[in-house]
Amino acid sequence: MIDWKYLFRIAAVATAIALAALAVVPSFPARLSAENISPVASQGNEQIIRITAKRFEYMPNKIKLKKGVAVILNFTSLDRHHGFNCPGLGIRADIFPGQANNVRIVPQKAGTYEFHCDVFCGGGHEDMSGEIIVED
Amino acid sequence: MFNGMDRRDFLKLIGLGAAVIVMETGNFASAADKTIAQDTLTFLQLSDTHWGFSDPKINPDFAGTLKKAIAQINGMKSQPDFIMFTGDVTHTTDDPKERRKRMGEAREIIGSLKSKNIRMMPGEHDAGLDNGEAFQEYFGKTHYTFDYKGVHFIVVDNVSDPTSSIGDTQLQWLSAEMEKLDKDSRIVIFTHRPLFDLYPQWDWWTRDGAKAIDILTPYKNVVVFYGHIHQENHHMTGHIEHHAARGMLFPLPAPGSVPKRVQLPWDSTQPYRGVGFRSAVPKTDGYGYVLTEFPIIKA
Repeated sequence: MIDWKYLFRIAAVATAIALAALAVVPSFPARLSAENISPVASQGNEQIIRITAKRFEYMPNKIKLKKGVAVILNFTSLDRHHGFNCPGLGIRADIFPGQANNVRIVPQKAGTYEFHCDVFCGGGHEDMSGEIIVED
Repeated sequence: MFNGMDRRDFLKLIGLGAAVIVMETGNFASAADKTIAQDTLTFLQLSDTHWGFSDPKINPDFAGTLKKAIAQINGMKSQPDFIMFTGDVTHTTDDPKERRKRMGEAREIIGSLKSKNIRMMPGEHDAGLDNGEAFQEYFGKTHYTFDYKGVHFIVVDNVSDPTSSIGDTQLQWLSAEMEKLDKDSRIVIFTHRPLFDLYPQWDWWTRDGAKAIDILTPYKNVVVFYGHIHQENHHMTGHIEHHAARGMLFPLPAPGSVPKRVQLPWDSTQPYRGVGFRSAVPKTDGYGYVLTEFPIIKA
């Protein structure tokens, strides 16, 4: 006999744990500019954008965001220590293998913002870049 | 006498149709008009030789450009007091054995300079993947000081930490070194990366460079020479001058002038365009330096 109440309780607990994991107090030093970023706590319903770093690329390397809409950038590295630096949006993060890092942002200004790896990682380091496009 | 540029050397360069610019911290002047006391300090800055780089589309003479520069320097009537290499002596490689091979080859080529007073420091291509281990084996310390003819020189390493940082330990060392000096001492700082935020979008900065500038700012007579960006750039932070040198192998675009920071391709109509080295001579009023840019001359 299935105990539906018990199953619902387990599902509720699992959901709460998952949301808590996404409650994004950035787990790395992130520089947040007052102009473009709202460094407020996660509301739990943001879109999560997974960004994978490996020598010498980010996947994806073009990220489209909506002005004023909160998202969580979820960083992981497949090989070694990389950086994520987007000076136009005031975001910088260290990305280590086996360690997911999250940052919540609310872009406040439309535009194209370049990002790049700022931790020297070898011969193609200078090419490791991408852009965040914030649309109205 | 070699003083920034020997007059005959200069005329020879002009005769070869080479473009030479002499800059006196903001004021452009003719090299031939310069008269500099013979006992004046003169040093050369060579930067970003990238030994081991081998893309012929960018520089088909990748194995010969440094040797040409050395031949030019050795051919000068008088030799500089010292020659400073401001980093990226070698082009990066993942293979530690190959890295050391490149270091050894570069050391041998540089050893053919007539002047034996050579000062080295790393760039991120030399030191960023092994925290400067191979570089130190071949060229010695990555941060140090020395004095010459009344000028105090400080070499600051902002590349052995791959995060473009000087680091708190070295900053404390820098602070302690500065405290030994009078506030009006003549001080030259050599770094690879710019200490200020030249263009962080292209990683043309030092993450904790502002802390170094804060340490330097109380001193009246500080000039910073750096490399990394493969082009001349002259900038002031307060009263501190920052002068970037050309690279020795290929130029890079002006900061932010194009969407991507890519090496500028070889132009066969203007070979060695945008590459070269420079001399620096203290101005006679005691502040700033007369900079002379030397292009590479096709042998």
